[in-house]
Amino acid sequence: MTSALSITRSVGAPRAAFVDFPLGHTTGKKNEPEMQKRLIKSALAAFHELREPGGIKILDERWSDDATWRKDPMRGGASSADAPEGDFRTPRLDTPQYQLPSDQIEAEAQHRQGGCGSCVGAE
Amino acid sequence: MSETQAGEPVDYIAETRANYDALGFPPYQWVESSGTPPWSPAEVPLHEAKIALLASGGIYRRGQRAFHYKDDASYRVIDTSVPSEDLRISHFAYDLTDAREDPGVVFPVDSLRSLIDEGSLGSIAPEAFTFMGGIYSARKVREELAPALVERVVDQRPDIALLVPV
Repeated sequence: MTSALSITRSVGAPRAAFVDFPLGHTTGKKNEPEMQKRLIKSALAAFHELREPGGIKILDERWSDDATWRKDPMRGGASSADAPEGDFRTPRLDTPQYQLPSDQIEAEAQHRQGGCGSCVGAE
Repeated sequence: MSETQAGEPVDYIAETRANYDALGFPPYQWVESSGTPPWSPAEVPLHEAKIALLASGGIYRRGQRAFHYKDDASYRVIDTSVPSEDLRISHFAYDLTDAREDPGVVFPVDSLRSLIDEGSLGSIAPEAFTFMGGIYSARKVREELAPALVERVVDQRPDIALLVPV
């Protein structure tokens, strides 16, 4: 599945399903499980519908009635007025960036005894 | 695509080039594949198919190490019976707000389980594989990460594989 049509075309995926949503929502809108399921179901149908290498199925779901989100798609459709100017990128830190401080404590405890076996390349 | 959604799909390649140019950086080198993409026909009907799940949205499970933001080519193995409240997100290149509230927007394990429950999908491989996209070294991905993931996925003998990039 993809929400970046130009990139998927460039890399040449064998088959793909395109959903025209802001980045960070490749498989749907938050807290809309029925919509998420509908999207996946339609994407999976493409396994049999697409018969040529490089085929892309366009999924029929709308993010919103207007195109405002397209002005700032990399911020998840946030209002452009709220967005900082200039370099939009997060600093390229080389230490793990945990969602929650408690995640770090748990992960360090699990790894203190040796590798957990499920963090491959990050032990 | 619905005809009523306004505007054309965002051209992220053009946008990134313009951003880098404005910041005075050299142009970003997107991966461009030439020739016909590889192809295997889907032979098993969906209601019998075993699906493998891979996602590049920076998903990790509580107890695992988070991703770092500097060409992190590591990956995580996540049991596909994982409760969604144990899923976490770390990624430097997209707005994580919605994904952290509902990981189903980038890691559709609940949707897949639901399709299995209703009988429209066969089964899901026991392990999903996650990594963090935005790895600037295409060589690292091509020569290290991708072959390692292919081996892990093939070991689970799925009929089809779903890739969910961000």
